[in-house]
Amino acid sequence: MIRVQYFARYREALGIEGEQLNWDSALANLDGLRQHLLARGGVWEVLAEQNLMCARNQELCSLEEALADGDEVAFFPTVTGG
Amino acid sequence: MAVRVRETAFDPGVELNALHAANVGVGAVVGFVGYVRDFNDGQDVAGMFLEHYPGMTEKALEKIALEARERWPLLNVDILHRVGRLEPGEPIVFVGTASAHRQAAFDACNFIMDYLKTRAPFWKKEDTAEGPRWVEGRCSDKAAAERWE
Repeated sequence: MIRVQYFARYREALGIEGEQLNWDSALANLDGLRQHLLARGGVWEVLAEQNLMCARNQELCSLEEALADGDEVAFFPTVTGG
Repeated sequence: MAVRVRETAFDPGVELNALHAANVGVGAVVGFVGYVRDFNDGQDVAGMFLEHYPGMTEKALEKIALEARERWPLLNVDILHRVGRLEPGEPIVFVGTASAHRQAAFDACNFIMDYLKTRAPFWKKEDTAEGPRWVEGRCSDKAAAERWE
C-alpha cells in the first residue's frame, strides 16, 4: 500500500487530501506514480507542473526517488513559508 | 535547539530574550522576525491562512537547524513558525541563532531563512479583495537558497 497526500493548491484542484493506492512494483519511482495519476486525465493534469515538489516518507526528494511498499508520498506546489 | 510549529501568536521579544537567557555569556544573538504584510504583488492583503504538512514540517525544520549547526559554530538555534489563520502585522516566523561571535550568528540565520523558504512544507493563501489566492514560490527565493550550495 502507498499512502499519497496532496497539499495546498493541488489538494484544492484535486478535491481530495490524499488516498491509498495498492502497491505495484511497476510504479518503480515517484515519477512512475505521478504518471499513473496523470493518466486519470482532467484535474490530474495539475501534477504535470514543472515546479511540482514531492516528498517520500516526509523527506523532500526528486521524482527519480525509488518507491517501496508502505511508503508515504506527497505531491505539492512550490513552498512559500516564512 | 528548538523547533516549534504552532497556531498561537508569539512575542518576538520574549523569544529573543529566552534564547539569550538559555545561553548567558554568549557573544552574539541574532533574531529574524517575518511579519504578515498587508500587501503583496500589488494587491491589499486582508489576512492569510498558512497550510503545512504536519509531521514533515517539524522534520524539515530540524534538518535545516542541524545543517546550520554543522556549517557554523553555533551555541543554539531556535525556529518558531506559525500555521493557520494570521492577520496583517502579526509575526509569522522567528529564527534565532546564538554564537560566540556575530558573523556565524548572522550567516546561520540568513541560511536558515533561505532554506526554510524553499524546503519547509508551508503554503500561504492570502485573502484579497478578489478572493483568496495561493502565493506562488519565487525564483528569487530559490536563487537565494542556491547560493549556499
